[in-house]
Amino acid sequence: MPIPSIDFTVILPILILSCAALFVLLLDLFLSAERRGLNAYVSLAGVAAAAAATSLQIGRSGTTLEGMAVLDGFGLAFEWLLLGIAALSVLFSIPYVQQHNLNRGEYYVLMLFVTAGGMVMATSNDLITIFLGYELLSLSLYVLAAFARERAASGEAGMKYLLLGGFASAFLLYGIALTFGTTGTTNLTMIAAFFDKTPIAGNALPLIGLALLLIGFGFKIAAAPFHAWAPDVYEGAPTSVTAFMSSAAKVAGFAALARVLFVAFPSPALRLDWGNALAALAILTMTVGNIAALLQNNIKRLLAYSGIAHAGYILIALVTGTAQGLEAALFYLLAYTFMNLGAWSVVIALGRTGEERLDLSDFAGLSMRHPRLAAVMTLFLLSLAGIPPTAGLMGKWLIFSAAIQQNLIPLAVIGVLNSVVSLAYYLRVISLMYTRPADASFSLSPVARPLTVAIVVAAIGTLALGLLPAPVLQWVQIVRF
Amino acid sequence: MIELIPLVLYLPALGAIINAFAGRKSVSRIVGPAVVGLAFLIALVVLAGLLALPPDQRSRDVLMWTWMPGRGLDIQIAARVDPLSLLMTLVVTGVGFLIHVYSTGYMADDERYARFFFYLNLFITAMLALVLGNNYLMMFLGWEGVGLCSYLLIGFWFYKPEAANAAKKAFVVNRIGDFAFTIGVLWLFAIFGTSDYNVIFGKAHEVFKPGDTTITWITLLLFIGATGKSAQLPLFVWLPDAMEGPTPVSALIHAATMVTAGVYMVVRSHALFELAPLTMSVVASVGALTALFAATIALVHTDLKRVLAYSTISQLGYMFMAAGVGAWPAAMFHLTTHAFFKALMFLGAGSVMHGLHGETNIFKMGGLRKFMPVTAATFVFGWLAISGIPPLAGFFSKDEILAQTFNAGYPALWALGTLTAALTAFYISRITILAFFGRQRFGRDVHPHESPPSMTAPLAALAFLSLVGGMALGLPLGEGSLINQFLAPVFTESHVPVEAATGNADLLTSISVAMGVLGIGVAWVLYVARWIPASFVSRVFKPFYILFSRKYFVDEIYHALVVVPAVWTAEFLFKAVDHAMIDGVAIGGAVEVMTLWSRALRWTQSGYVRSYAFLTLLGAVAMVLFFLFRL
Repeated sequence: MPIPSIDFTVILPILILSCAALFVLLLDLFLSAERRGLNAYVSLAGVAAAAAATSLQIGRSGTTLEGMAVLDGFGLAFEWLLLGIAALSVLFSIPYVQQHNLNRGEYYVLMLFVTAGGMVMATSNDLITIFLGYELLSLSLYVLAAFARERAASGEAGMKYLLLGGFASAFLLYGIALTFGTTGTTNLTMIAAFFDKTPIAGNALPLIGLALLLIGFGFKIAAAPFHAWAPDVYEGAPTSVTAFMSSAAKVAGFAALARVLFVAFPSPALRLDWGNALAALAILTMTVGNIAALLQNNIKRLLAYSGIAHAGYILIALVTGTAQGLEAALFYLLAYTFMNLGAWSVVIALGRTGEERLDLSDFAGLSMRHPRLAAVMTLFLLSLAGIPPTAGLMGKWLIFSAAIQQNLIPLAVIGVLNSVVSLAYYLRVISLMYTRPADASFSLSPVARPLTVAIVVAAIGTLALGLLPAPVLQWVQIVRF
Repeated sequence: MIELIPLVLYLPALGAIINAFAGRKSVSRIVGPAVVGLAFLIALVVLAGLLALPPDQRSRDVLMWTWMPGRGLDIQIAARVDPLSLLMTLVVTGVGFLIHVYSTGYMADDERYARFFFYLNLFITAMLALVLGNNYLMMFLGWEGVGLCSYLLIGFWFYKPEAANAAKKAFVVNRIGDFAFTIGVLWLFAIFGTSDYNVIFGKAHEVFKPGDTTITWITLLLFIGATGKSAQLPLFVWLPDAMEGPTPVSALIHAATMVTAGVYMVVRSHALFELAPLTMSVVASVGALTALFAATIALVHTDLKRVLAYSTISQLGYMFMAAGVGAWPAAMFHLTTHAFFKALMFLGAGSVMHGLHGETNIFKMGGLRKFMPVTAATFVFGWLAISGIPPLAGFFSKDEILAQTFNAGYPALWALGTLTAALTAFYISRITILAFFGRQRFGRDVHPHESPPSMTAPLAALAFLSLVGGMALGLPLGEGSLINQFLAPVFTESHVPVEAATGNADLLTSISVAMGVLGIGVAWVLYVARWIPASFVSRVFKPFYILFSRKYFVDEIYHALVVVPAVWTAEFLFKAVDHAMIDGVAIGGAVEVMTLWSRALRWTQSGYVRSYAFLTLLGAVAMVLFFLFRL
């Protein structure tokens, strides 16, 4: 079998990031315990190098590896987004892993592998490579979830995630198999070509295949009813890992889902089917996420359900099936990254060495204890709720207006009603911070420098996307296949 | 160079952010005044750029950013640079800078120093947004922004109940005006589909015939907004109470800048007001009546700052009178000179309070010129300027307003204005004499002292401006004056005759100067020569005295007619509608339902992998069936 010629420049960012991960793995062997902090900065350098490589690819397009890997605007946008999430996550992890005795080299290695896996998912034009990326991301996350091995809850989280994730992978794989059985290919472009020529009427196989694919991706983005793992895993995993995966896994899942649906199944007959299925998923996901969040008393579970609800909003953007919807989805994911990671960073900032503050009551009186922390937390929560002048409002506005353009008015209305419900639990935290007295014994340790950087970047992003969205609205137009 | 204008807006905003987050006195002392001073310098550069253009091109829109471009909501944040906005910008940043410097001394011992400068910088930002915007939306944002800052600064010492109440009163009364203003702006938006000045002023002549009911209503609504912000009849009641705020605030917000926003808005909208002759008459009459009304109250008050507050209301009345008769440049001229001499007198009053441990009663002062020579000397410039004594600043602008009112065919308003001029000269002479001259009436344990240079230097600068401001801008007298020429391009399409040549200019000028001299003379008779004791006068005119000193009972009337019914209605709505119906049935019901659902969902979250897997399986079956049924 001849070795195919490979255009390495197409997959350069992924290669760089993977090499960086391996380098950190080796480096860790030679570092003494007190110098382990270096791992984080080497990882950051790797992320930066990968981002630079991604930037070099602007305006280029092409495929390699027999059409399995593709270079296009869509892939670039999501690679950047994933690298940004990785950078912020490394920053807020630095104090967290020190405080909670998790400072082992593998931590950052796994984080980089998750990112690389997500980038593979975003730039693959083939179901097989998408599955490869999906597994690389998932396996690394399973380990990360269980990373605090002294804590039973962390182990439980990893175990649950592994079992249920394996279950979901089986669905995805089965979906790939059925699609391959119908079309004779796993290449997305060729699947689309097949459906162009062949009518699907009366053939259940491709439809079941598509349904199973949706389940597999639905699990990764925590769409109801495939979301049940999320609150438990989010709660048990180390907080920095939870924060990271709540953004990275969702972004990667949406990237793969959007590419598969838009590239492989754009034929009108199928589009209607997956459109309706996604609409049902969107309504269920928003509603379950928001209503379940109402009664949570643990900030990690609250933010977990909040994340589920946001996946629902983004699904609406995909239902539209238009370029405008895709742009809205990308904008929303970027906004979500800032406000979500910002809120998680504040949660991390509340903790001390060996102790986390995860109960909602821990937020009582934060405005007195640490006014600035309370102020930025308010900003993030208001943005999550979609209040002006923040990124969240702009994102919701883009999604709902994209939906209304496609005459999906009921969907938009349900989305808006859901945002109203969400206000109740976001405002609850804000009201605790500003109107309740703090526990006298409550003391905050100073916020570490890298964590401060993460919070400030997230806050600036949240505000900038709300106030000066013009450049970003320009940028999201690169999302083309 | 004109493209630098966004910096003028961004610098104070940056200052506000720094002061809000740095929170240190050492930082705020530098940053607070520096950003405003820099903004002033940049505004001067922009002025040079503007003057380099031929007069008919001196209007430029500079786009700062577009909010949500190409998505159906093109909200443009853009600056309009023309002589009118630039004059106002220079006043706001110039006088604002001096007051910032003064505040570094005045507030030196305040615990919340950084917060004070945060609010001040924020105010300047909002005021500049109001002034520089090229659309009503930005003006509205600035309008509300300065209202907020005014509220925050009046109530800066919120632990004093008077300050907290005054802040609340200012806010509520302003809301009434703001409500009318909002409707006016939205009405314009509904008609023109935009709030852009270019479109609205450009098309107004095509859309409305002069005297149309619609434009009359719109301009009346806008003017009601102005009566709130600029403390005119009937919404003036908040301004005297606002004196509870720190004195630099009174000087900056409640004398020199914010309260003139209403005048600026009317002048900016002159293309609309000229189409509504009825509104113009209302503006002129309200202005003249307010001028007289407030001046009479100022005659008898004993609180230094409150006399100045009523004086401000009165002087703002002059500006509206000028605007109402179509003498737009004269209104802006008086706005400018008033900013100089009234800021000067407020800061002087602040300096007195600084030296007398917060005393504001003029009968507990006296002879202060020996202890506070700089404050007293500079105050004299303010005194003579507002009294209209040539060649100080107030003479030129007030004379211009009175002459143009007369020549525009409003002799009755001219008479009111002229009478007010005499009253003004009297009450200002009264407080000046009682505070700085004569014998000492403060206790033996009080030891007045002159204020530090950070406070006296701005006083000197403002005294200088009060001395030369009128001559610099108002000469040669009449249409050819510098200010008229500078502002002329803004009003090219105005058809109101500017100072018809009736040959009576000299006579009118003589009368207004005579009025000033008369007012000062009477004060001299009563308080210096004491030929007639002042108490005798107040006994003779007892009904008037009571009427003036009780402020025409306006507060009492408003309390009975507005506040009491409003509170009663609010109680009813709160108990019957809000509490019982909305909270009880609507919200309570919704919360019950949501809680029930939330409980049900929590029940599915058992924590067991097997039940999660089962849920996933159920979902999978549903999903597959969903697709199959589409077959």
